[in-house]
Amino acid sequence: MAVYPLKETKKAPQSQTKAIQWLKENLLSSTSNVLLTLVALYLIYLILPPILNWTIFDANFDLTADNDSCGREGACWAFIYDNFKMFIYGFYPEEELWRIDAMFGLIVVMIMFGSWIKKSQYRMHYIIGAFLVYPVAAFFLLHGGLGLEVVGTDKWGGLTLTIVVAAVGIVASFPLGILFALGRQSKMRIVRFISIVFIEFVRGVPLITILFMASVILPLFFSVGMDFDKLLRALIGITLFQTAYIAEVIRGGLQAIPKGQYEAADASGLNFVQKTTLIILPQALKISIPNIVGSFIALFKDTTLILIIGLYDMLAIVGAATSNSSWLGRNSEGYVFVAFVMWVILYSMSRYSKKLEVRFSTEHKN
Amino acid sequence: MFIKLKSLLYNNEVRAIAFQVLAVVFIAYFVYQAFDNMMLNIEQSGIRSGFGFLNDEAGFAVNDNFFLTYSPTSTNLQAFYVGIVNTLIVAITGIFFASVIGLVIGIARLSSNYLIRKMATVYIEIFRNIPILLQILFWYSTALSVLPSTRNSMNFLDSVFLNSRGLFLPKFIIGTEFYLVLASFIIGIVAYVFIKKRSTKKHDDTGIATNTIPHFLGLVVLLPIVAYFVFGAQLEYPALKGFNFQGGTDLSIEFFSLAFALSVYTATYIAEAIRSGIDSVDKGQKEAAAALGLRQGQAMRLVVLPQALRVAIPPIINQYLNLTKNSSLATAVGYSELVTIFSGTVLNVVGQAIEIIALTMLVYLTISLFISLVLNIFNKKMEIKGK
Repeated sequence: MAVYPLKETKKAPQSQTKAIQWLKENLLSSTSNVLLTLVALYLIYLILPPILNWTIFDANFDLTADNDSCGREGACWAFIYDNFKMFIYGFYPEEELWRIDAMFGLIVVMIMFGSWIKKSQYRMHYIIGAFLVYPVAAFFLLHGGLGLEVVGTDKWGGLTLTIVVAAVGIVASFPLGILFALGRQSKMRIVRFISIVFIEFVRGVPLITILFMASVILPLFFSVGMDFDKLLRALIGITLFQTAYIAEVIRGGLQAIPKGQYEAADASGLNFVQKTTLIILPQALKISIPNIVGSFIALFKDTTLILIIGLYDMLAIVGAATSNSSWLGRNSEGYVFVAFVMWVILYSMSRYSKKLEVRFSTEHKN
Repeated sequence: MFIKLKSLLYNNEVRAIAFQVLAVVFIAYFVYQAFDNMMLNIEQSGIRSGFGFLNDEAGFAVNDNFFLTYSPTSTNLQAFYVGIVNTLIVAITGIFFASVIGLVIGIARLSSNYLIRKMATVYIEIFRNIPILLQILFWYSTALSVLPSTRNSMNFLDSVFLNSRGLFLPKFIIGTEFYLVLASFIIGIVAYVFIKKRSTKKHDDTGIATNTIPHFLGLVVLLPIVAYFVFGAQLEYPALKGFNFQGGTDLSIEFFSLAFALSVYTATYIAEAIRSGIDSVDKGQKEAAAALGLRQGQAMRLVVLPQALRVAIPPIINQYLNLTKNSSLATAVGYSELVTIFSGTVLNVVGQAIEIIALTMLVYLTISLFISLVLNIFNKKMEIKGK
C-alpha cells in the first residue's frame, strides 16, 4: 500500500498588512460600504466636536470658580464640585454623613464576609440572617433612633435616596410578587381573578398615576389625623408598581417548569407548601433571575419619577442646586453629571444581567 | 363524626373554598375600612364628591391645543378631552419617529460596516441607560438655552419660525377650499393604494413588476399641490405681534422636547427588537435569496424583514404602549397632555383626587387594553399555520 505523506499546508497569501486588510474588509469592501463610511465619518464630525468642546476644551476646570467667573462657552465643573455632597447625600446634616457612609460600607463588609465563608455550611444561614438584619440596621442608621439623632425623611435626598427607594422597592416587592405570581397560576378562581385584576391594572397605567394615587388618595384611606410620611407613600406606590412586574417575571419562570415536576412532587406526597417552596419556586426563580435583574434595572430608572411628587432624588437635586442664586442657569452641567452617574450604574447592571443570562442559558442548553 | 370533620379538614376542595372565602372576607373588610375612612376624611375636608365638577368652568388656558375648541371658559370635561387628544398626538408622533429611528439603528447594528455598526451600538447603550425623565428635562433645558428668543426667531421664508417657545407654522383656514384640498388628498391616497394593490396582484400572477413610484408622486404629492392652487385655499401665516407670534399653528418647545426624548429613548428598544428579529431568521433564507439572484437590499426587504417582523412586532407593540405611558412624564416640562391638565391643573383647582385620578387611570387602561387586543389579533394572524 502506497503511503502518501501529508503535504505541508500553505498559509493564505498575505498581500497587505493586517491593518489595511481590516480596513478593506470592514470599511471599504464595496462602493456602498465606502459611502456608508463617509456618512459615518461626517456624522461623527457633526456630533463629536461640539460635545468635546463643551465638556472639555471650552470647559472651566477651576474648582474654586464661581458662577460669574466661569464663563458660558463651556461647562463649569466647579458647580458639580461645589454641590457634590448634595448630589450624593441630599440635605442630610453634615455631621451625620458618616451614617450614610456606614450604611453603604456595611454592604461591602457583608459581601466580603459572605465570600470569605463561601465554603462554610452556615453560608445560607448567614445570607438569610443578613437579609433580615441589614434592613433594620440600615433603617436605624439612616433614620436615627437608638441613641442616634433622628433625621427626618425630608432631609434625605440625592443618590442615597435613589438607591434607598430602588432597594426598598425590589426587596418589598419580591415576596409580594411571588404571591401574586402563584395567585395568577392558582386553580382557585377568586384568587386567580384578584391576582389578574391587580397585575393587569398596575401594568396598564403609568407609574406616575400610581405615585399620584399613593401620595394623594392613599392618606384618605386611613383614619383621620394619621400623618403619613411623604417618602413612605412613594415607597408604597413604587412597591405596588414593582410587585406587578416582578409577578409577571416570576410567572414566566413558573410557566417554564415542566408539568412533570408538579406531578412528581404530588406523587412524592408533598403538600402544597412543600411542593411550592421545595420543588417549584427554586427552579422557577433560578430561571427568572436574569429577568428579575432586568426588572430591577427598569425600577432604578423609574425612581427618578419621585421628583414629580416632590421628593429630592439625584435628578431633583439639579433643580434644587440651580435655584440657589449662586449657581443660576447651570442645569446642563447638573443633568450631564447625573446622566453620567446613572449611566455608569445602569450600564454596569445591564452588563451584569447579560452575563447572568449567558451563564443560566448554558446550563439549560442540552 | 369527628373523623368526618377531620377528613373535611384535609379535603383539598374544602380547603380551597375556605381559603377563598377567607381571602374575600379579608379584602372586603379592608375595602370597607378604607372606604369608611375615605368618606370621613372627605367630609372633614369639605371637598364634594361625584363627577359634577366635569361641567364646571375650567378657568385656565391651555398652551398646546391642536384642533379642539377650548378656552378658559370651557368646562373641565373639555379640558379632559384636550388632554386625551394631546396625549394621543404626542404618543403617535413619538411612535412614528421611534419606529423610523429604531428601524434604521436596528439594521445599522447588523451592518457589515464597522463604523456604522459601532455607532449604532453606542447610540443604543447611551440612550437606553439614561432614565427617560432625565432625557426629557435635558432636551428641554438644552432647547431653551440654545434656541433664540422670540424677537430673534429663526425665519424660514417668512412663514415658518423657530424660537425658544416653539415652532410656528402656517395653518389652513378651514373652509370649503380647505375641505376640497383635503378631499383630493384622500382621493389621491385611495387611488394610489388601489393601483398598488393591482400591481402587486399582477406581479403575483404574472411575475411582471410595475414601477409605482410615478403613480405615488403624481397622486399623493402632486395632486394635493395642484388642488391647493386650483381651489385657492388660504393659509394663515404666523406673525410677530407684541411679545409672541399670532396666527398660524404652533408646536411648543415642550411638545418638541417630549416627543424627541420619547422617540430617541424608545427607538433603542425598537432597534434591539428588530435586531433580534433579524437574528432569528435562519441564515439559509438569506443564502437562498442570494442563490435566486436577489441583491442584498432586495433580500433584506423581500425575504428577511417580513420574517423578522413576525418575531419583532409583539415586543415593538409593547414598546409603543410603554411610550404612551411614558408620555405622562410631560408633566415635568408642562406639555398639556392628560396628566398635566387633568391630574395637575384640574386636580389643583377642584381637589377631587379620587375621581380625577380614577378617570386618568381609566384612559390609560383603555389604551392598554386596546393595544393588547391589537397584539392578540396580530399574534392570531401571524401564527404559523399547521404547526
